[in-house]
Amino acid sequence: MTLDARSSGALRGAAAARLVYRKPDVLVDRATHYCPGCGHGVIHRLLAEVLTDLDLPAHTIAVAPVGCAVFIYDYLDVDFVEAPHGRAPAVATGIRRLRPEAFVLTYQGDGDLAAIGTAEIVHAAARGERITAIFVNNGIYGMTGGQMAPTTLLGQRTTSSPSGRDAGLMGYPIRITEMLAQLPGVTYAARGSVADAGSIGRLKAMIARACRVQIEGGGFAIVEVLSNCPVGWGMTPQESLEHLKGPVVEAYPLGVIVDRSAPSTARPAAAAPTKPEA
Amino acid sequence: MTRRQEIEIRPRRTEAEMETGRRARVLMKGNEAIAEAAIQAGCDAYFGYPITPQAELLEWMARRMPELGRVFVQAESELGAINMALGAAATGARVMVSSSSPGISLMAEAMSYMAGSGTPVVLVNVMRAGPGLGGIGPSQSDYFQATKGHGHGDYRVPVLAPDSIGEAMDLMATAFELAERYRTPVMLVADGILGQAMEPVELRFRTPERQAFDWALTGAAGRPARIIKSIDLDPEVLERRNLALQHKYREIARHETRWEGWRLGDAEFAIVAYGTAARVARSAIARARDNGMKVGLFRPITLWPFPERELARMSRQLHGILTVELSSGQMIEDVRLAVEGRCPVAFHGRMGGLVPTPDEVLGALKALRGRVERTRAASGHSPAAHDRGTPSTNGAGLDAGARPGGRG
Repeated sequence: MTLDARSSGALRGAAAARLVYRKPDVLVDRATHYCPGCGHGVIHRLLAEVLTDLDLPAHTIAVAPVGCAVFIYDYLDVDFVEAPHGRAPAVATGIRRLRPEAFVLTYQGDGDLAAIGTAEIVHAAARGERITAIFVNNGIYGMTGGQMAPTTLLGQRTTSSPSGRDAGLMGYPIRITEMLAQLPGVTYAARGSVADAGSIGRLKAMIARACRVQIEGGGFAIVEVLSNCPVGWGMTPQESLEHLKGPVVEAYPLGVIVDRSAPSTARPAAAAPTKPEA
Repeated sequence: MTRRQEIEIRPRRTEAEMETGRRARVLMKGNEAIAEAAIQAGCDAYFGYPITPQAELLEWMARRMPELGRVFVQAESELGAINMALGAAATGARVMVSSSSPGISLMAEAMSYMAGSGTPVVLVNVMRAGPGLGGIGPSQSDYFQATKGHGHGDYRVPVLAPDSIGEAMDLMATAFELAERYRTPVMLVADGILGQAMEPVELRFRTPERQAFDWALTGAAGRPARIIKSIDLDPEVLERRNLALQHKYREIARHETRWEGWRLGDAEFAIVAYGTAARVARSAIARARDNGMKVGLFRPITLWPFPERELARMSRQLHGILTVELSSGQMIEDVRLAVEGRCPVAFHGRMGGLVPTPDEVLGALKALRGRVERTRAASGHSPAAHDRGTPSTNGAGLDAGARPGGRG
């Protein structure tokens, strides 16, 4: 991904060495606790690259979720506070209001953000809090052993929907990023995926845009990341990526959902004016 | 006294003018006085959600904090408010939330996280009558919640219980001091009467000194990254964290226990009561003394740590104790644990938003005295023959040993 030639001084002398990729310093050099094939590692790396590209690590205060990414602070070397389950957007609001100069980042899963934390995410977005939210949607509660999440696909078998998700009994999957995008406080909302190299490249651009929105003084920015959970889905990593590219992307279309950061881009007709500068 | 005039008794004046202002006596509503005391104590940020009977506190903050360039956010819920406070406090700011009973239940989750991660915050609970939605009348039915309950896990929270608006104002500064000194949530409990009554208060404000925090999240420029968290999946590590917490709680109990004695020097009976109940108790004690009963007041100012050693010592000289609460009897459990059967412990309380009258309390005192006399008659003792311990030291020492709430 990152072709960081500027940092290649140590290797410049070695004629044979051509630096293709250098691990950003902010990404801690340690094996993760994630299951084989899990998408969290890729997303952490993208975040580390973007934070580094934008010179943000020293200014970042991040909020760790409850769920598989609860130990994200072991991998990203920035200031972190742990939030109770679902409450990261409220915790981030408190940081934002007290530290106007900081770069404020949240990282939440789909159970965290789209079930127990719906009130917090909706109202942080409605207030237009100047924070960047990374929302990892793998359609399952991974850390607790693979139960049904609000985002679980219809028909999908989980440990708490053993016969498959039945809309009549368990309701429909939530496209919460589209819901949030309706709010005028949301400056940027997009959905990407970690399914393949091309998707990962586009996802990185979305994360970078969501970070720039904050730096440039915009409102709330969110990137939903469709990710895989091979263990929770009962698939091999390769099968899980195929599944991600197929039924998951069908249910959750990829792309920029709203971008109110550029005046030239068309705004939805229903959108109210963005909030005035505080 | 209009609000406008109250506001003007504030800084951006000469030192002499400020000193005059600080000594002035004004009529203030409890909720507003508590809010202003927090502001004067240097509160950087307030997060709240409307609930009766503390809405005036939130409204005062909504007006005052922005005009001082400080942070006020009306959250989407009490969950939102306390978690905003968590984030704000994690940056090293002086942070406060307020609510009333049902809202405090919602804040309980984050209180546990903040206790576990050592994040200072001050919570004000203007208690109302429960359970459930209950009613909005004054109550002390959250004693268990405040001192033993709220969130999950092995943790404690210092609880301050003023019995006047003036003391509440002073204890707000104490609350911030304790929160920052011990890196813990601190709760101040009042009730609908303290919150909504108006009484003359002397505007004496204290602003605790700012400390440099080596844990605050400010961005890791020029230093290693910091983490504020409560999770530890290694049982050995987690037990060590818990042991450190318990050590902290012992330190708090050793150094921060506060109580007040009143007319205890020659007392044969004592009322144990806090907050509004203590004020009723004072009236009842005055009437009892008119009737020749030697009664005093033992008033815990910290509900946790409970002044158990002091009460235990005093119970040796007493014939009986009456606990008065605006509840079914919650603090009485701590009273009995402290007294350990050395004298009878009786109870009088009202619930549902009702407040005991002094005459009711006097009646309960007389009933307690009758019970004690019957027991002693049956066992051949007269009250005069009761071993009073060493009254010359105990008696004189009790009132003198009382700690003022505003101990620096």
